[in-house]
Amino acid sequence: MSCDWREKLDRYVDSELSGGELTEMEAHLRTCPACAADALTRLQLKRMTQAVGRRFSPRPEFRLKVEQSVGASQRPWWTMRWVPALAAAAALVLLLIPAAIWLQRAHGEQTLGELADLHVAALASANPVDVVSTDRHTVKPWFQGKLPFSFNLPEMQNSPFQLMGGRLAYFQQSPGAQLLFEIRKHRISVFIFQNRAELSRLNSESSLRRKLAFSSETWTEGGLRYFVVGDASPGDIHELSELLQSAARS
Amino acid sequence: MFASLYNFAHWLTQNREEAEDLVQETYLKAFKGFASFQQGTNLRAWMYRILRNTFLTSRTGLSAKMTDPLDLDEGPAAMPVTSDTPESMLLARADQQAVLSALELLPVPFREVILLCDMEEMSYQEIAETLGIPIGTVMSRLSRARKSMRDLLAAKMHGASK
Repeated sequence: MSCDWREKLDRYVDSELSGGELTEMEAHLRTCPACAADALTRLQLKRMTQAVGRRFSPRPEFRLKVEQSVGASQRPWWTMRWVPALAAAAALVLLLIPAAIWLQRAHGEQTLGELADLHVAALASANPVDVVSTDRHTVKPWFQGKLPFSFNLPEMQNSPFQLMGGRLAYFQQSPGAQLLFEIRKHRISVFIFQNRAELSRLNSESSLRRKLAFSSETWTEGGLRYFVVGDASPGDIHELSELLQSAARS
Repeated sequence: MFASLYNFAHWLTQNREEAEDLVQETYLKAFKGFASFQQGTNLRAWMYRILRNTFLTSRTGLSAKMTDPLDLDEGPAAMPVTSDTPESMLLARADQQAVLSALELLPVPFREVILLCDMEEMSYQEIAETLGIPIGTVMSRLSRARKSMRDLLAAKMHGASK
């Protein structure tokens, strides 16, 4: 008599033996008629108990009564009526956020596209600038009385950039300054406008974009919105932007 | 789960009215205490545990405990019967009526562990959660419960064969 195996027969018929134990047990049952017969008896008894056990069923009216009494008591949070509404609202917000981001991005693209047009139009003009000077102390005062704001320009002597001059620009019904710089024959326009709601929707951080071979960078400083647009490399655009930012802060 | 819970309640109480009271109270307790239910744990075991604890504090449950002063989980493991004994041969002839009578005669702690395992097909782990006892205790109690049931059946079949 192999007690070790017999002790495991309950776990065998209850499917509670682990993989290794199960393999061993099945191998043993093939060679031990006594254990095999015992296992069969236990399995039959288990099946009969299962069949006999399921003999009481609730009355339909009792089921209804419990459903009503439970419904009248406090519902768990996941059955409350506002939960689906909240879920729908959350789903809507999740849909709206990407849409808002996309709209903001499209708005930004459009703004930069229009400024690139202004830049190209100025270059195509016979007189790209109205004040022709490489001297910032000449260019800046020229805007006095023409613009409702003032701005600082950086010293260009120790930089690869050269100031070519400036002109008035109109963008979205507002006047601003357009300054033209040159670096290795590439021309770059710097636009300065008073920051407004439409413009402030653009990325407030200094951001660099590249589209249709034009690079651009924009930021806000001291209530003014700066745009740097040109066909120079993004590195040059960024370098000029940093010069302007440090001048504005000085 | 409602029908299964009711069936189990009826087996515990052996009475329709008490079973209905037990199930209704279980559902009310479960919904009121749903906050205490840990997400990810076994909902079925949790419900059966509430039902069983409610039963144990009921009049019938208390009297069942009083009349069953068994050393449930003490003593040596039940020795299983061997296939060549008369008992085993008698068991092979047991019919559903005999099994039903034996189940009804079993003390509640034995009856419930057999029903949870064989009828509800709960794993040992689920039974342990339902009864609030370690798995090792589940195994030893189940072994004794089945031994007790086999003894009852064998006695019944032996009497019938006379």
